[in-house]
Amino acid sequence: MIERGSRRKALIYLAALMVALWVLVPILLIGLAAFSPKDEVYRWPKSIIPSHFSLETMEFFLRSYGVIPSLLNSIWVALLTLVLTLIIGAPAGYAVARFLFRGRESFRLGILLTRMFPTALLAIPLTTTFIRWGLYDTLFGVAFIHTAMALPFAVIIATGIFIGVPKELEEAAMVMGCSRLGAFMRVALPLALPGLAAVAMFTFVISWNEVFAAGILTVHNRTLPAHILTTLQASPLYFRFAGGFFMVIPALIFMFFIRRYLLHMWGATAER
Amino acid sequence: MKTDRLLPYFLILPTIIYLLIFVFAPLSKAVGLAFLTDEGRFTLGYFERMFSDGRFLEALKYTFLLTITIVPLQLITALLIALLINTRFKGSQLFLYICALPLGIADLAAGLILLSIFTQHGHLNSILYHLGFIEKPFYFISYQHMGFVFLSIVLAEHWRATAIVLVILVAGLQMISKDLLEAADVLGAKPWQKLWHVILPLLKPSLQSALIIRTIFALQMFAVVLALGGEIIPVLAGEAYFWYYIYRNNHISAAYALLLMVISILMTWIYLRFLRTRSEMRA
Repeated sequence: MIERGSRRKALIYLAALMVALWVLVPILLIGLAAFSPKDEVYRWPKSIIPSHFSLETMEFFLRSYGVIPSLLNSIWVALLTLVLTLIIGAPAGYAVARFLFRGRESFRLGILLTRMFPTALLAIPLTTTFIRWGLYDTLFGVAFIHTAMALPFAVIIATGIFIGVPKELEEAAMVMGCSRLGAFMRVALPLALPGLAAVAMFTFVISWNEVFAAGILTVHNRTLPAHILTTLQASPLYFRFAGGFFMVIPALIFMFFIRRYLLHMWGATAER
Repeated sequence: MKTDRLLPYFLILPTIIYLLIFVFAPLSKAVGLAFLTDEGRFTLGYFERMFSDGRFLEALKYTFLLTITIVPLQLITALLIALLINTRFKGSQLFLYICALPLGIADLAAGLILLSIFTQHGHLNSILYHLGFIEKPFYFISYQHMGFVFLSIVLAEHWRATAIVLVILVAGLQMISKDLLEAADVLGAKPWQKLWHVILPLLKPSLQSALIIRTIFALQMFAVVLALGGEIIPVLAGEAYFWYYIYRNNHISAAYALLLMVISILMTWIYLRFLRTRSEMRA
């Protein structure tokens, strides 16, 4: 029996190791490509480990025309999206979590429904609207559509987070003389803050990664993915690899911070 | 207490207004773009042009083929990994975190990562050389080898987006009560019987959500396809992009987008219809 148990254990660890390698090795490979010399990409036959570590490829990428501005654009758009999404979405999440009101289920259903619309369906008609409003090719324009894409997720996830904050604590604060707003600000908000921070990071990543709408709604003020996409065919391989690696970095950082909330967040989407 | 009754509506109002302006207004406008000429007359001409376009059928075919290859593959992989995590071996939390990493990775980035493996002087060719299988690099990504381009796209999406299915399924597995599983053990159920008769039926709502989310996004696949082989394999979302970006025709672009939405809604309806969960059956 003991023998069988330890064999089973060994099999579990072996399987886990294989899966972990499947996930990690591609990230490692793009990292190696980004930090090896430029001509290494075209060398044949290539050794698995690059001949030496070099910043040449990354330097070329960062010095290429349009990369730094698009990088800054991406950060601005993602931050704007994050702020807009939280300001608009968090109260809605709070309402759905705390109040039983008429129309609540229709509201939740409507939110879920909006996720079904392809990005193309929003981005293409918005081009003419944005030209009229003077938002075409602006960072605000891109942030507005990214907010529209992130908002449904944010409302759903924020709902789950506020459900996790006991209602009784807020009620106790109100009994002790806090106003409704005061109770929210002093009790519910601080408790929900780590979860809301996870929502914020997730929103940031949605915006940082989005390429279709950003590509369609901008000409000069491109975000990083839009810049990489539109120069894709014309750029050398090492540029593309460095770009790919650069896009992955924030994802890795944010995933580290939101790891505790992963199940919480996505479990909530399953409870329809 | 009147303010208390109105309060939730004040709180959801910004979301409603925002979605009306930036989701539902564009939606109705897209319908207008696809069915009305610039002068405002009704026409089916844009759809006729879309259907008769040389790349349309190919795009439709590949969008479907990619979706029905990738989504089931992801579901099976994610289920296996979720069951592995559910054994709660030591370190399974770290393992879950590693497996969830691709959740934050962009489709474009995933495409570029797989490109570094499949490209002419990429890692795969190098490994094949070192193992002595080939002398010269093999052109995986080219018009001559559509199958390999297809495969690389499948691998990229499988690698990147299995994480979301996994996280949904792990969350679902955790909600299954231990008592039921123990009861199955007591009654002498074999592991596969437990999986088939207890775990899978209880996991159905999670499976359904994961299927719907993944299918909707797989149908919209775009940047991965572009990163791996440019226009070698056409897809619907890519055509919508090119019709706007290159030909500056937002009518036909909107027609493609509408078609994508119709397919998404149809697929969701099929999933809801044929994978009914128990509570829905009672209702």
